[in-house]
Amino acid sequence: MPIHNQVPEVNAGSMADIAFLLLIFFLVTTTLETDEGLQRLLPPQENVPEIEVHERNVFRVQLNDKDQLLVEGEVLELDDLKQKAKAFLDNGGTSKGNPGHCVYCKGNRAADLSDNPDKAIIYLEHTRITSYGAYVAVQNELVAAYNELRNRESLLAYGENYAAMETRFYDEKTTLVEKEVLKKKIKQIRTLFPQKILEPNANTTAL
Amino acid sequence: MAKFAKKKDGDLPAVSTASLPDIVFMLLFFFMTVTTMKDSSIMVENNLPTANQTKKLEKKDRIIYIFAGKPTREYQNVYGTETRIQLNDKFANVNDVGSYILEERAKKPQELQNVLTTALKVDSEANMGLISDIKLELRKVNALKVNYTTSEGDAFNNLN
Repeated sequence: MPIHNQVPEVNAGSMADIAFLLLIFFLVTTTLETDEGLQRLLPPQENVPEIEVHERNVFRVQLNDKDQLLVEGEVLELDDLKQKAKAFLDNGGTSKGNPGHCVYCKGNRAADLSDNPDKAIIYLEHTRITSYGAYVAVQNELVAAYNELRNRESLLAYGENYAAMETRFYDEKTTLVEKEVLKKKIKQIRTLFPQKILEPNANTTAL
Repeated sequence: MAKFAKKKDGDLPAVSTASLPDIVFMLLFFFMTVTTMKDSSIMVENNLPTANQTKKLEKKDRIIYIFAGKPTREYQNVYGTETRIQLNDKFANVNDVGSYILEERAKKPQELQNVLTTALKVDSEANMGLISDIKLELRKVNALKVNYTTSEGDAFNNLN
C-alpha cells in the first residue's frame, strides 16, 4: 500500500453561510437612495416687519398652472432663467460714489435691475396646481445663478470654488482649524451675494 | 495490520467545521442588533425631481422624512389617486404634519433637537398647493430647515 500523507481538504460547506452573512450585512448597512437636495430655510412664523423695497430690486418669477414661466412680465424658457437671474443680481445699479455702490459687480449697471446684490430679492410665485418638479427646477436654476456668482468671487478672492469650499467645510475629515478658516471665507462670500428668495405666504431665505 | 493502522494515524485529521455555523450565527445576531433597518416602506409614488445644485444630507440621525405623492397601485383602491402625504408608515393629512414633527423631534436626543432637517421627498408630479400647506405646518412648529430631496440630474428633465 502506498503511503498517503496529503493534507485533508477543509470542509467548505459553511462558506455559503459566510457569504450569506456578508450579503445580509451589506444589504442592511448600505442604502440605495441618495439623500441630497436643495437646502432651504423657512422664515419663522412670527410676523416679520414689512420692508419697503424698490421695484427694481425685485426679480419676479411666476410659475402658472401649466408650469410656464413668467419672469419680470415676460414669458421665458427655463434655459434662460439662470442668465437673466445672474444679470439681475450682478447688476450693481447704484452709480459710483453713492453709498451702496457695488464694487465687485460686473453687470451692465442697468437702470431697471437691482441696485446692489445685497438688496436684490428674488420673488418666486406659484399656483397651487404648479407641479413640484417645475418648482424644484426653477429653484435649482436660481440657486445655480447664486452659486455661479459666488464661485466667481470665491475664485477671485481665494482661488477656490465656493462649492468646493462648502463641501470641504461639511466634510468630517477637515480639521477644526481648517474649518474655522473656511467658515470665515464662506461667510464673506455669502455676504457678497446673499441668497434672498422670497415666496408669498411661505417666503424662504437660504442657509 | 497493526502496521497499516499506524500509518493512517499519521494523516492530519479533518478540521471540524461543525462550530462554524454557530460563529456565523453569532456574527449575524451581532449585526442584526447593532445596525438599524430602514424604517419605512414607501407607499406613495416617489419619482424625485432632478437637480444639480444639491447638497448632501450627511447625518441620518438628524433628518425627519416626509413623503408625498400619489398612492402606489396597491393602495389606490383604498386611498384614490390624489396626492397624499405619508408619515412613517401611514397616510396622513396636512394637519398631522405638525404633531408628527414634534413627536419625531421629541424622540431625538436633546442635543440634536435644534439641528434637525426635514427632508421632503415629494413626487415630481405633486402639486405645489400641498407643498405650501406642508411648509406652513412646518413653520408653525418651528421646523425651519427644509431639504427638497432630489436625485442627481439636470433640472430641465423635470419639465415635460
